[in-house]
Amino acid sequence: MARNKIHPPRLAQRLLRTFLRDDLSDEVLGDLEEKFYLTATRRSQFKAQLNYWYQVFHYLRPFAIRKSKPTYSNHFAMYQSYFKIGWRNLLKNKGYSVINIGGLAVGMTIAILIGLWVYHELSFNKYHKNYDRIAQVMKGGTREGTLFSGGLSLPYPLIDVLKTSYAANFKHIVEALQPREYILSSGETKISRTGQFLGAGLPEMLSLEMLRGNWNCLQDPHSILLSASAAKALYGDADPTGKVLKINTEMDVKVTGVYRDLPHNTKFHDVKFFAPWELALLHNAWIKDQPWDNHFLYIYCEIAPNTSFESVSKMIVEAEMKVIDKMENLSELIAQRPRIQLLPMSDWHLRADFSHFPNYGIPDSGPVRFVILVATIGCFVLLLACINFMNLSTARSEKRAREVGIRKAMGSFRKQLVSQFFSESYLVVIFAFILAVTFSFIALPWFNSLADKELIMPWTYHWFWGCSLGFILITGLVAGSYPALYLSSFNPIKVLKGTYRTGRSASILRKVLVVAQFTVSVTLIISTIIVYNQIVFAKNRPVGYTQVGLIMVQKKSNDFYGKTDELRNELKKTGVVEEISESGGPVTNVWSNNDGFEWAGKDPNLKHQFGTLGVSTEYGKTVGWQFVEGRDFSQEFVSDSSGIVINETAAKDMGLEHPVGEIIHWKNRWWNVDKDYKIIGVVKDMVMKSPYEATLPTIFLLNRQHSYINIKIAPGVDTKTALEQMEKVFRKLIPSAPFEYQFADQQYALKFAKEERIGKLASTFGTLAVLISCLGLFGLASFVAEQRTKEIGIRKVVGATVIDLWQMLSKDFILLVLLSCLVASPIAYYSLSKWLENYAYRTEISCWIFGIVCLCAVIITLLTVSFQTIKAAMMNPVKSLKSE
Amino acid sequence: MKETRLGEFEEVILLLVGILGEQAYAFRIAEEFESQTGRAVSIGATHSTLDRLENKGFLKSEMGSSTPERGGRRKRIFTITALGKRVLKESRDFKMALWGQYPAFAGKLNYEM
Repeated sequence: MARNKIHPPRLAQRLLRTFLRDDLSDEVLGDLEEKFYLTATRRSQFKAQLNYWYQVFHYLRPFAIRKSKPTYSNHFAMYQSYFKIGWRNLLKNKGYSVINIGGLAVGMTIAILIGLWVYHELSFNKYHKNYDRIAQVMKGGTREGTLFSGGLSLPYPLIDVLKTSYAANFKHIVEALQPREYILSSGETKISRTGQFLGAGLPEMLSLEMLRGNWNCLQDPHSILLSASAAKALYGDADPTGKVLKINTEMDVKVTGVYRDLPHNTKFHDVKFFAPWELALLHNAWIKDQPWDNHFLYIYCEIAPNTSFESVSKMIVEAEMKVIDKMENLSELIAQRPRIQLLPMSDWHLRADFSHFPNYGIPDSGPVRFVILVATIGCFVLLLACINFMNLSTARSEKRAREVGIRKAMGSFRKQLVSQFFSESYLVVIFAFILAVTFSFIALPWFNSLADKELIMPWTYHWFWGCSLGFILITGLVAGSYPALYLSSFNPIKVLKGTYRTGRSASILRKVLVVAQFTVSVTLIISTIIVYNQIVFAKNRPVGYTQVGLIMVQKKSNDFYGKTDELRNELKKTGVVEEISESGGPVTNVWSNNDGFEWAGKDPNLKHQFGTLGVSTEYGKTVGWQFVEGRDFSQEFVSDSSGIVINETAAKDMGLEHPVGEIIHWKNRWWNVDKDYKIIGVVKDMVMKSPYEATLPTIFLLNRQHSYINIKIAPGVDTKTALEQMEKVFRKLIPSAPFEYQFADQQYALKFAKEERIGKLASTFGTLAVLISCLGLFGLASFVAEQRTKEIGIRKVVGATVIDLWQMLSKDFILLVLLSCLVASPIAYYSLSKWLENYAYRTEISCWIFGIVCLCAVIITLLTVSFQTIKAAMMNPVKSLKSE
Repeated sequence: MKETRLGEFEEVILLLVGILGEQAYAFRIAEEFESQTGRAVSIGATHSTLDRLENKGFLKSEMGSSTPERGGRRKRIFTITALGKRVLKESRDFKMALWGQYPAFAGKLNYEM
């Protein structure tokens, strides 16, 4: 039939329904439809449609239009009543309220702190206005068949090539030396600050905020641009412009500008002054003569407008290769086929931590992984708190079924009940939020020291309040939705008659939530213990030398040189120094890696890199290294100038059974050597680099180029007096430099800082997670006990003992916690094994950790639950049965 | 005070309600109006008048049966009240009286009812 195919225009029908009085809808729609089909059969479908619309518009008459509902004039009073009732409910159950609000507040506090930290990390370097156009030039290539990238040190000739042949790609391109410490002296004031020599375009590129002078202040080769803090340290509050000072006592410069110190979350934060590149060239003429295979230069650039990092990278990729392709003596470099690339500023902090592998140039995604890890933990802790909150709210609300029944019987609409429950949940969330903001404000200094950051509360940031508001809305909605939507649907008759029982689904949901909660907590605790184990394991690693009383002084300026013997004699004379020596680097690091070593029986295809450290004869006595074989360097043997001491790893790597006496040939351009060396001794491995990594095979040899003075304080001498005596000597012999020193044990301890930080963060969050979970459990246990009051009473009357009842009530919870231990253990095992794989020197994950943590979880659960269960079990059955 | 006067359109509609009897609902009345007068009228206009007449007390209504061509919806059947009948009659009498006073037509018309 035709009728089935055609239909009155639905849009018109919908329109009609929007304005038509409800009581008229039946007759009017019927009339119009009858008219429609009549027109359709008599005339045409189209006419019928048209006519329908016409008829609909003709119903726009006062009599037919729905009257708007009478509005409540006392909205305010209604909400006031909601909140008043909510408030009374909170007061009535003080215990629950405290647990509920407190738990949520702790969770939110953690979320706020972690949020601040994550924001800080993600906003790194964004202070610079040209953030998205700045990059550092880096180099990659092929080594032993595999591509590598991430070399930030570049050859000097490259800057000329980029500046001449590729100039159009860059708005600014500046060369720079790596930042290091220099001594700034103005009259009697001497300070040592990290500074960097670089091209004149940098201030504009970094959009430095100039307090004095302008962005062109580095044009003159004898100028210096100070940070506000450095200027203050040198000149106090006086205007430093035009003042003359010395860098490292040898370079005279005039202050031409002062910039506001860069914030902590910038790459150049540590650099406290900038000096012109021209000045560096004047004092280091060798720079200009460096060939393509000496890598030491940093190059920063701002790409030109209308270009992108990809397009510029594509343009310059062959920049080096094109030039060196035909050159002689560079066959090794050419074989690597160097590729020049850009490292955008956005990757500097989170994706390009090359500090672990400076020699291999493997970009480390560690920092960004750490950020994700911490953010995940933060989310989990917050989730725990929310789960608690929901659990307790729903558990409590079941007790209020009667209230719902009575309210409904009195004439409450469902909508009003929904609003009632929601307003209560929002009341709690808002309270918790206010508490959380207060807590975070109080805890921020502590958190800053823990995370080694300087975060501040973002009171004035819109995003902070926006996120907070969003969080309040979502949490309130989620936590309040169960009671609001489920409870308000009760049939009042059933509820009031008492035949109503809460569904199994609600209690299953609660159990799942408890399991989830404890899974997270147990995982966090297991992880914390393993992280600590790893730190302790690495700390207990034998270092191979004696750190006690060992201090190191870096030779920061030229005035240190040529004073070796004088210093030695004077220091020895004081009597506070047991031994003094010099070396090419600190004992806590290896700066120099070299190849070119040949020995009998060496596999010719092996390209072996050895750490190389030039030392003076007394080095061994100063640091106290331990010999496995052979002897130490000695003044008595002139031939020791071609003698070397190697460590055990080196001996093993060389495959020499009796290394002492073996001849090693070493040819190296940088050390300017090409001769035979004899192994005179083998020492135990010294942990000089990371205590988590395998020891680097290292070769120690005598030479005269030293940048560190090592001093061993005589045993029994008080460190403070020793330092005072030494300072006097240094003041006398090297008056131009401040006496600055490092303790070997302190420098060594710094190597653990990162892992210790992870450990501390994990343990803090783990403890809080457990605390929050226990709060939830406590609340739930008391709820269960309360719900089963009658049952317990009857059981007691029939003859159950307190122990029986305690067992009965605790059993459920113990099972849940055991279940979560079962879930958590493999998760923790898997993720922590992954984490440990980052370390060559690592502890084993032993089973007892899991056992102990699970046992602890059970004990904590029992303690938490028992308070309530025993209280319930001890109750006088007469009372509990009488109560209604 | 209730409005008791009757407009021309109202009078016709009231009469049509009387004529249609059991079938007096908005759509039918509108159709009948069109076929009797040849003038187009919307259902809405008719309904609005019916509603007004009901408010004045000339009509009363109740929900009637439903038919499939209305999509199973019921219709509102209007019937004239005693007051409605009286008003119609008064209106006719009043006009008759006027006709009677019109000399050109007086006595020429035969309007037995």
